This record gives sequence, structure tokens and C-alpha cells, in this order.
Amino acid sequence: MNKLNFLTPDKNNLYPYLYTGTVLFLLSIIIVLSNSLFNLDLIYFLPGTISFFLPLVLGFIGLHLIRIEYSGIKLLEIINKKINTNNFNALLSLLILFVIIKSLPPLLNWFIIDANFSGDSKDACSGSGACWAYIKTWFNRFMYGMYPNEEQWRINLSFVSLAFLGVVGFFATDKFKKFLTLYYVVVYPIIAFFFILFFISGGPIFFDFSYGIIAAVISIILGFFIPSKFKMYYFIIVPITLYILLKYVFFYEELIELGKLESLEWVETGAWGGLSLTFIVSFFCLIFCFPVGLFLSLGRRSDLPIIKYISIGFIEFWRGVPLITVLFMSSVMFPMFLPQDMFIDKLVRVIIAISLFEAAYVAEVIRGGLQALPKGQYDAAKSLGMGYWKLHILVILPQALKLVIPGIANTFLALVKDTPLIFVVGLLEIVGMLNLAKTNPEWLGFAMEGYVFASLVFFIICYAMSKYSYNLEQKYKTDR
Amino acid sequence: MSDKIIQIDKMNKWFGDFQVLKNINLEVEKNKKIVVCGPSGSGKSTLIRCINRLEEHQQGKIIVDGNELTEDTKDIEKIRAEVGMVFQQFNLFPHLSILDNCTLAPIWVKKLPKKDAEELALKHLERVQILDQAQKFPGQLSGGQQQRVAIARALCMEPKIMLFDEPTSALDPEMIKEVLDVMVNLANQGMTMIVVTHEMGFAKEVADEVIFMDEGMIVERAETKEFFANPKSERTKLFLSQIL
Ligand SMILES: Nc1ncnc2c1ncn2[C@@H]1O[C@H](COP(=O)(O)OP(=O)(O)OP(=O)(O)O)[C@@H](O)[C@H]1O
Ligand SMILES: [Mg+2]
Repeated sequence: MNKLNFLTPDKNNLYPYLYTGTVLFLLSIIIVLSNSLFNLDLIYFLPGTISFFLPLVLGFIGLHLIRIEYSGIKLLEIINKKINTNNFNALLSLLILFVIIKSLPPLLNWFIIDANFSGDSKDACSGSGACWAYIKTWFNRFMYGMYPNEEQWRINLSFVSLAFLGVVGFFATDKFKKFLTLYYVVVYPIIAFFFILFFISGGPIFFDFSYGIIAAVISIILGFFIPSKFKMYYFIIVPITLYILLKYVFFYEELIELGKLESLEWVETGAWGGLSLTFIVSFFCLIFCFPVGLFLSLGRRSDLPIIKYISIGFIEFWRGVPLITVLFMSSVMFPMFLPQDMFIDKLVRVIIAISLFEAAYVAEVIRGGLQALPKGQYDAAKSLGMGYWKLHILVILPQALKLVIPGIANTFLALVKDTPLIFVVGLLEIVGMLNLAKTNPEWLGFAMEGYVFASLVFFIICYAMSKYSYNLEQKYKTDR
Repeated sequence: MSDKIIQIDKMNKWFGDFQVLKNINLEVEKNKKIVVCGPSGSGKSTLIRCINRLEEHQQGKIIVDGNELTEDTKDIEKIRAEVGMVFQQFNLFPHLSILDNCTLAPIWVKKLPKKDAEELALKHLERVQILDQAQKFPGQLSGGQQQRVAIARALCMEPKIMLFDEPTSALDPEMIKEVLDVMVNLANQGMTMIVVTHEMGFAKEVADEVIFMDEGMIVERAETKEFFANPKSERTKLFLSQIL
């Protein structure tokens, strides 16, 4: 038997070290656990500072003793490799472990054990924990804002349809793959816009929309029987004719006025709100700010001085002002520049303002990617006879955009998290509704629950986005 | 006149205050192979980059295949499409497969149907003996293979002139030969070539004429045999003694 040397544990005396180490480590954990869970101080007899540091010292010695290489024990090797590679690491691991143990019980208490889940008034919440009844009662408002309850199916229907139209791309066959970019960049946003305009907003205009849909569906069905030679003309002429027929012949507008057909009730944008508004604002801002940013970044690198300086001026202006003042100006200043009788909806103004604001950031992110490409790529593309647009679309942008996916994702996440600021113009998305609910006299004092809820919702959205961007990055990784 | 495919007349070029090219006069006839050599920084790259206007010259005339290159040359892309170029750093497009690298310009610049472009690409890839790598990406190929792809990519535009800017100087010695073989082959098939290189073996084998540049000037221009047998200027002699 070799001599035991506690400073350098070795493989030959594996078990003595392993047992002592494990016991010490467990002891430290037990002391902290009992303190945290049962409020029981097992080492109360020791003076203050020592009892404070004792678990750390014990755990540290324990981890030191079990740090034995090539022990042949799987679990031990994993532990050593992941959290116990050296003394400093062991100390950090212990601290993290203790913090988790100390903070878990109070969190659990607040979130679940002492929390109230049922009831529909403030009185139901008597415990010291969270009042989830509050979230439950207000859930509808947090999702839909002031949108009338009986009309909320319109939002649901629109979102479900749009989600469906959004994922069809994943199932596209090879034949349609080449149209996907066109679909997502041009067609899909237009469809989404019409859904929002005609469905969620509603009003008499809804009929136009339904005629349009009926016309489109009928012409697509008929389209299968048309020889491909004429398809081009067919799909331009027939839908329009059908639409006109439907609108002016079959469903003559008077029918509506006669009360035989009822249109969807008009819901003004001021009443929209909650999470659905978060989605609407984020969606359109994301879609608009990207192309604008792209052109700005190209403009800033342009050889033409006018374009270059306009781009620089634009970018620096929007980067130089706070978003909140931009939003204020969009609602207060902007209408003053419009002709008297012209009116642009508040929501539209806000979306334009945020889009331009974020476009400046997107532009600089993309410029970073453009600058990262070696000059040789430009030379090669030029020497093959590509002009400015071909060179950028075919060679430069695919590479540059791939490089800046993380940066773009960053900007987009920031955009989504900036949407609550639209409260300054009176639009209340989820955080705005929360603040409203917070000040409701019957529900005073539950701000915490509300913010936790909103954080969770934002976290889910943002985490999904960041995961998606990571996937994109992996997908387009070709070199090296 | 008509078989002078490149004519450079009293051309001067500056980078800011620094004059890179001084009074360059050069005529290249169709199907001729010219090798350009000279010490580092003498302006060889700049000279051949001027020929497809990757660099702009400030004075003098450059006429390529009957078109003068000036600031308001409208169809500079068309002229560039007729002048293939191979770079020291290969400059393949890393986001595209080898085949797509070769078909990109024929499809989008020359408007060839995809199928024809692919056929053409495969033909040239076979010519540079890299057919079996067509589906790979540039990052997966060795330097020598990448450079041969770069040659094939330029050939796919069916250019009238090929410019090479030190095509082998970023390569390991054992890869140099495979690239030079391709170039010798190309020369034997009658391509007009201007090659910046330090591979004097290559120059002796294929070049019709050799040009020696120093400090932005063409110091000496002679038939290949003459150039190596009895160089006239002292500067050339010194250079040759160092490099051979
Ligand atoms: N874009 C540029 N701006 C300013 N100076 C430049 C630029 N490109 C090249 N030069 C300068 O012009 C001179 C000639 O450069 P060039 O690349 O043509 O030399 P070279 O003969 O090809 O040299 P090498 O054998 O090292 O490739 C060099 O002194 C270089 O520093
Ligand atoms: Mg050079």
C-alpha cells in the first residue's frame, strides 16, 4: 500500500480518496440544503464567519480529493471533466451549486407552492406567493387588447392561416423551391397585409377581400384545366374578371346596404392590443426593415456621391435619435406635414417609424458583412463580366448575409423587445396592457406576476427566433 | 492591325501620388503567349488588371479587341466577359459548388440555358481534370485543385484572352506542376495568354515573348529565347541571375 498524500490524490489509493472526498462534498451540500430548505443551521455552534465558509471549504477539499485522473469510473470522469478540472473551476462549480440550492426554495414557493391558481378576483389571492388568478382573468386582454371578445376569432383565424401559409414553404417540392424566396419576400407579406387589413381591421372593405379570395380559389381550380401555354394570360385575366363579376353583378353592393349581407364589424387599430399587436408590429417591421437596410448598406458603399451621402445621412440620423422620440414624432409631428384631409393610421405610422429606425441598424450590420468579404470576390465576379447588380445578388450578398445572420438576429430580437415602446402613441401591446391592468383598482398590487408573465412570453418568442437563426447559420455553412 | 488583340499606348497610372505604371506601350497579337516577370512591387499585377479594367488608368490608351477602355465604356462587362482572369488567391465563390462556380457567369451573364451551361462546365472541368469534384465546395479542395477550377471557371465564358496573375505562387511545389500542365495545355490549344509568373521553366516552354518590368516600366521585351540567352539590360541580367 502506498503512502497517502492528501495534497496529491493518486490513482493507486483510489478508494480512500474517493470516499473521503465524496463524504466531504456531500456534507457541504447537506449543510447548505438543510439551511435553505428547512432553515436549519447544522453548524450553529461555530462562530459566524467560519460557519459561513465551512461548506465551501469542505466542498472544495472534497472536490480536490476526488480529482483523480484515469480512475476508470465513468461518473467520476464526467464530473471531473465538466465541473472539476482544476481548483478554480471546482470553486466556481461549488458557488454556482450553492446559489442554486439557496435560491430554488424561495422561487418555488413564490411560483408554485404558495401561489394561487384559481379564483377570479383579487380576494382569491391571499397567500404570500404569486397570484396566477390575475393572469388568468386578464389573459384575454393580454392576448387581444381591447379587441371585442366576440370578434376575436378573426385574429385567431388570421394568425392560424398565416402560420399555415408560413410553413407551407417547408413542404415545397423541388419544382416550387425556386419560387420560395419570391413567395416569402413578396407574396407572403402581401397576403399577410391583406389579412390584417380586411380581417382584423374589418369594415365594409371585408367584402372586397372575400370576393378576392373566392375569385382566386375559383381561378386556381379552373387553372388546372388550362393548357400551360395560356396560363400566363389566364392568371391575369380570369381572377380580375371573376372579381369584378362577383363584386358588381352577383353581390351588388346594394345587397349589403339592404341588410341582406352583414359585413365584418370595423375594429379601429386603437382597440388592437396585447400579444397579437406585438406580433403584428414585429412582423411588419421585420419585413420592411430588412430590404430598406439592405439598400442603405449598399448605398453607403456606392461610388455615386449622392446616393452615398443620402444613405450615410439617413443611417446616422436614425441611429442618432432615440426610438421613443421617433415614435412621438410619428404620431405628433408627422401628421402636420400631411395635407389636411389625408389621414394615415397611427399603427401604420408606428410601423413605418420602427422599420426605418431598425433599418439603419440592419444597414450597418450588413455593411459589416460586406466589408468582411475579400476584395478578390469582387475582382473574380467582375472579371467574369458581372455588373453591379449581378455581382451583388449572385456573389457578394449570399456570402455577406450568411456572415451577418447572428448580427441580424441580434437586431431583430432587439426590435421585438422594443415593441412595448409603442405605448407612447397609445398603442398597448402585451406590456402596455399589463401596465393598464396593473393600475386597475380591483387588481392593484400584482405588477410582479404581470411582468414575470410578459418576460416569459418574450423569452419564448426571442428564444425561438434565436434558435431559428442558429439553424439558418448551420444550414448555410458551406466552407471549411 | 486586326490581329492585335490588345494595344496599350503610352499608358500611365497612379495610385494617389504614386506612379505605378510609367509609359507602358504593349501590343499583343492574337494567339500569342506573353510572360511578364519582374521584382515584387514592379506593377505586373496592376498592368494586367488594367487590361480588364479592374484598375483604371489615367493616361494613354488601352484597346482590347477593338474596344477602347475609357471611363464611359458602356459595355465594360461585355469586354470583361471576353477576357478571362485567374488570380493568385483563386477567388472561387465559396458559397457555391464547383459546378455552380463554373455555370454562374455563363447562365447569368451569357444567358445560356442551364443545361448548356452545365455541359460546357463539365467539358472544361474535364479539361482541367477535376470532373470528379464537380459537386464539392471550394473549401473542400486542395489549392492546386482550386486553381484548376478557377481556370475552368474562366474558360467557361469562352474568353478570347486569358490573364494569369501569379497563378502558382500561392501553391505548394507539388501542386504547381498540375496547374502549369493545364496552362501549357491551354497554350498549345492556341489561347491568347498573358501570364505574370516567376516560373521560368513555363516561360521557356510556352512563351512567345517575355516582358521584364521594374519600377512601373517595361525594361525589356524580347522573344523568349533571346530574352534568356542574352538579356540586354543590366537589371534584367541581375533579376535572371537571382531567379534561375
Ligand atoms: N490599390 C492600391 N493602392 C495603392 N497602391 C497600390 C495598390 N495596389 C498596388 N499598389 C502599389 O503599386 C505597386 C505595384 O503593385 P503590383 O501589385 O502591381 O506589384 P506586382 O508587380 O504585382 O508585385 P508582386 O510580385 O508582389 O505581386 C506596389 O508598390 C504596390 O504597393
Ligand atoms: Mg502581383
